[in-house]
Amino acid sequence: MSAHLLFSLYVFVLAVFVGFEVISKVPATLHTPLMSGTNAIHGIVLVAAMLVLGSAHTSIQTSLGFLAVILGAANVVGGFAVTDRMLQMFKKKPTVSKNGQLDE
Amino acid sequence: MSSHSSLLPLIYLFLAILFIVGIKQLSSPKTARNGNLLAAFSMLAAILITAYQEKILTVPLMLVGIIIGGGVGLLLAYRVKMTDMPQLVALFNGMGGGAAALVESAELFEKLALHAPLFLARTIPMTIGTGVGCITFSGSMVAFGKLQGILGPKASKSFILKGLTSILAAVILISTVLFLVRINPTVYEILAAAALVFGIVMVLPIGGADMPVVISLLNSFTGLSVAFAGFVLRNNLLIISGTLVGASGTLLTQLMCKAMNRSLSNVLFGAFGAQEKEGAVTAGSPSSNGSIKQVSLEDAAVLLAYSKNVVIVPGYGLAVAQAQHQIRDLADLLGKKGIEVKYAIHPVAGRMPGHMNVLLAEANVPYPQLHEMEEINPEFPRTDLVLVVGANDVVNPAARVTKTSPIYGMPILNVDQAEKVIVLKRGMSHGFAGIENELFYNPKTYMLFGDARETLQKLITAVKEV
Repeated sequence: MSAHLLFSLYVFVLAVFVGFEVISKVPATLHTPLMSGTNAIHGIVLVAAMLVLGSAHTSIQTSLGFLAVILGAANVVGGFAVTDRMLQMFKKKPTVSKNGQLDE
Repeated sequence: MSSHSSLLPLIYLFLAILFIVGIKQLSSPKTARNGNLLAAFSMLAAILITAYQEKILTVPLMLVGIIIGGGVGLLLAYRVKMTDMPQLVALFNGMGGGAAALVESAELFEKLALHAPLFLARTIPMTIGTGVGCITFSGSMVAFGKLQGILGPKASKSFILKGLTSILAAVILISTVLFLVRINPTVYEILAAAALVFGIVMVLPIGGADMPVVISLLNSFTGLSVAFAGFVLRNNLLIISGTLVGASGTLLTQLMCKAMNRSLSNVLFGAFGAQEKEGAVTAGSPSSNGSIKQVSLEDAAVLLAYSKNVVIVPGYGLAVAQAQHQIRDLADLLGKKGIEVKYAIHPVAGRMPGHMNVLLAEANVPYPQLHEMEEINPEFPRTDLVLVVGANDVVNPAARVTKTSPIYGMPILNVDQAEKVIVLKRGMSHGFAGIENELFYNPKTYMLFGDARETLQKLITAVKEV
């Protein structure tokens, strides 16, 4: 097993644990925005698509990469924009009342 | 990736930290918006670095692709009505999964064209990533189609699904092994095609009420697929971000299942999908026990105005009619008359968990008036009047008492324990689960038929006149 792969596996396994830990307690109110927000984060695939398209040698790779860039860009831009639009609505009103009553 | 820049991995590490903090902040109401912006900033930085690295100006297609995709995404994001949010998330998710599968395919064909050696360290993540990405793509598109109403209930039943799923699973498994043993583009194409069909067959029979869980699951699948693309391209930022989404998405899916008191396997292979067909018929029996009682607008207004406390149960019907503002006006009016008004929000009210909260927030309903199920359920026996607007399955007592019902065991709002109930509905149609609701035949229930928005408007006028 190459050292590189081994290192990648370390990263992968640790990221799994971080992913589980990081959202341990989420109020149901935020399930939708959280789903939408993480949905935007996997739009990082756009970076992969750009790398592939940038190093394309054959026409098939160019077309696959081009399509991937379009899809990835839509995922990332739309995902963040729509999440922000959603969360903006929570902000408009006084979210935190005097006695700190938040819907948990 | 150029080897001379040792700075890049460090920048990637920093960006990965921003993603983690972003997700962390997204899971708390106070910091959520900030978290999203933080993640977006990190993403922008990653994209700009890559654009610089790949000399984007020399690859016009890249710029064109980003502009087209970004433009479409932005347009959809700002155009979508809040009620249509679930299908948009499904759509974006499918795009991400599709992009991941395309990236892995492009890598494979590139290596084949260059006659470069392919080791298992690449081919394993390549095949798994492609399989998962294809399933996510087609599955999300079906979810989108179902929620958008393009694919009706008939489409769900038109397939001979049960056997097909296992056959496809076998094809996927065999072609994966074959490909790993001996790399062959045709086998790879069979794998991708089987995975695409598998995604369709997997999501098609799943009932509307379970769709949020499926979208959440597909979301974590996409994350995984992206992580595998990271293995293929040897890019740690992709591995970290993809895995983060995969893991947190899995946990979120479990939380959602818990909110509905269902297990994931039950959602995917069980009750709703299979029983939906008979459910509509068998569960209809309670209707013979009684008849429904209609109420006029004026009488409904009197009932409301002479209550001491009122609990409003908003459902998806309210959202479809865009009546969030009307319900708030009515609640404000009742509040001015000294009536205590609360909103009871079922965890899966609307079409996604937390969806109703977003919709009511859009109408500026004060946060402290929103109460979640566990909090409000003990209060129903002390409630004078419950006003159910466009909700159905989440107030169906069958979930508590009828063991044969497809929704048996799902936690519901116990509105039938209140003194009186007014149900505002368009007609006697069934909810997502496609089953009869005994609540409507309960002697203390009054039915008020009409479009939610129009009727609420009239109700406001009527209450003013009381």
